[in-house]
Amino acid sequence: MSFVNTPAFDSYRLRLAAGKESCVERTEHYLTVIHQRSALNAFLSVFENEALEEAHRVDQKIKRGTAGPLAGMVVAVKDVLCMKGKRTTCASKMLEKYEAIYDATVIERLRAADAVIIGKTNMDEFAMGSSNENSAFGPVKHPLDETRVPGGSSGGSCVAVAAGMSTTALGSDTGGSIRQPAGLCGMFGLKPTYGRVSRYGLVAFASSFDQIGPFANSARDVAHVLQVIAGYDERDSTSANVPVPGYLGAMNRNVRGLKIGIPKEYFTDALNSEIRSAIEKQIHRLKSSGAEVVEVSLPHSEYTIATYYILATAEASSNLARYDGARYGYRAQGARDLSEMYTKSRSEGFGTEVKRRIMLGTYVLSAGYYDAYYRKAQKVRRLIQNDFLDAFKKADCLITPISPTTAFRLGEKLEDPLQMYLNDIYTVSANLAGIPGISVPAGKDHQGLPVGMQILGKHFDEETLLRVADFLEAA
Amino acid sequence: MSVTIKDVEHISDLARLEFSEQEKEKFTHQLNDILKYVEKLNELDTSNVEPLSHVIELQNIFRADKVKPSIPTEEALKNAPAKTEEFFKVPKVIG
Repeated sequence: MSFVNTPAFDSYRLRLAAGKESCVERTEHYLTVIHQRSALNAFLSVFENEALEEAHRVDQKIKRGTAGPLAGMVVAVKDVLCMKGKRTTCASKMLEKYEAIYDATVIERLRAADAVIIGKTNMDEFAMGSSNENSAFGPVKHPLDETRVPGGSSGGSCVAVAAGMSTTALGSDTGGSIRQPAGLCGMFGLKPTYGRVSRYGLVAFASSFDQIGPFANSARDVAHVLQVIAGYDERDSTSANVPVPGYLGAMNRNVRGLKIGIPKEYFTDALNSEIRSAIEKQIHRLKSSGAEVVEVSLPHSEYTIATYYILATAEASSNLARYDGARYGYRAQGARDLSEMYTKSRSEGFGTEVKRRIMLGTYVLSAGYYDAYYRKAQKVRRLIQNDFLDAFKKADCLITPISPTTAFRLGEKLEDPLQMYLNDIYTVSANLAGIPGISVPAGKDHQGLPVGMQILGKHFDEETLLRVADFLEAA
Repeated sequence: MSVTIKDVEHISDLARLEFSEQEKEKFTHQLNDILKYVEKLNELDTSNVEPLSHVIELQNIFRADKVKPSIPTEEALKNAPAKTEEFFKVPKVIG
C-alpha cells in the first residue's frame, strides 16, 4: 500500500539485470527524496557520497554477474546499530558524538549481500518510546500528515520506507518498536523470533526483548532482507543456532487449511470500531480462501503491559549504567570528583523518558522491592508465554490489532507516560513470549490514516507470517 | 506501596541521576501512577510458577581460550572524552 514510487525488489532486480536501470540512479533518486522531504526528520545521517560509490560498485558487479542477493537494494538503518567510523547516536545527547568502532553483524551481512546503506535514521532516544517524540534531535513526522506521529521507536526507519527514501530499512523492536510504526504508516514490519537475528552491534535497551528486523513495502521485500540478516552468530550468545529456511519459497499465495487463531481478549468492546472492522475484513478474506478461523484465549493479556514495563525498565537501568562519561559518550564539565562526573554526565546526557525508565527500573530492582516487582514479573512472563504455547496448539498463527488507535497527533500523549505505555498493549506480548510478529496494512480509517494488523507466529516460524502477509497483500 | 520524594531521592542516588525539586515532584507523581498500575500483577497467584528469565532455551557456550585480535588501544580510546597516553582520564577518585 505504498504511496510512493518504490518498485518491488523482485521486479526492480530484473530491470537492473536487464540494464534498464542502475543502482546509482536508484540511489540518486532516494537521495533526492531525502532532501525534498527533510521536514519529516527521518534521518540523522545521510551517506551521500559513500552510498553513490557503493552503488557504482554494485552496478559493476551486476554487469560482471557477481552481484549478491541484495544488489540494488538501498537500505536505511536505525541509529541504534553500530557502523564502523559512523556516528551511532541512539538519538541521544549522550552519544551525539559517538563513532562506532565496529560493524554490527546485520550491517556486515547487508554489505556482504551487496545492499547499499544510505543513512542512519531518527528514533526515540535509546529506543524508548511509541511516538518518536523522544529524540534529542526532534520528532519524526508522519509522511501523510506532518502534525501526526509516525509511531516509534523506529519511526525514522519506518518513514524512510513509507516516504520513498529507501527500498527497505532496519529497525529494532523491544516492545513493538518495528510493528507499531509500521502499523501507523501502512508498512510491513517484522519483529523476528528472539534469537533469530544477531544483536551484536545493536546498542542494548532491554536485552531479553530486543530484536532487529526489517521494514518494507511488501512481504516479499521483508523476506529478502530477513533471509540475509537471519542466522546464528557466535558473537551474540543469545542468537539461536536454528537453521534458516528459504523464506521466499514459503510464500505460495495459498492459505488453504491454515488454522488462524483470533485471541478473544484482543477483540473486546474497547477496540476502536474502525480498526476492528478493517481487521475483520482481512480475516474474512482468509476464511473465504480456505483458512480455518478458530477462537483462542490468552488469559493473561491484561497483565502484559505491567509485566513488560517492570522487566524492560529493569534491564534498561542495568544496560544504561555503562553511560558514565568515562570511556565514551557525553561528559559534563567541571566535576570535582568521579562520582560527580558520573551523576552530572548522566543527568545532562539523558532525556526525560530515558531517566524515567532508569528510575523505574532501578526502583523495581532495589533492595526490598526485587521480589515484589521484578521476580513477580518474571513469573507472570512465564504465564504469558504459556498462554501463547497453548494457543499455538490450536492455531498456526494469530491475528490481532497492532495499536489501539491510528496515528495520533504530536504532543497528544507526551504528558502522560502511562497512557503512552498503554499504546503498546497489543505488541509487547510478542516480546515477552519471544515469538515473531509482523505488521500488515489492513486498510484506512475515515481520515485516510493507515490501519495496521498484526500476525503472530510460533517461535522460529517467520515463514507462516510471511506467507499470510504475502497472501493478504496480493489482493 | 507508594513512593515518596525521599524514595525518589534514594533511587536517583542509586541511578546516579540528579533532579530539580520540580522534577522530583513530577517523577514521584508519575512513578506512583505507574507502580499503582503494575500492582495489578498481585491479582495473580504465582507461588508455583518458575520465573522466566529467557524466552528461548539457552545453553552455556564454551569456546577454546585462544588469543584473537581485539580492538586496538587507539581505537578503544577514540571516543574518550579525555585521555592521557593510553589511558582514559577521569577526575580524581579520592579527595
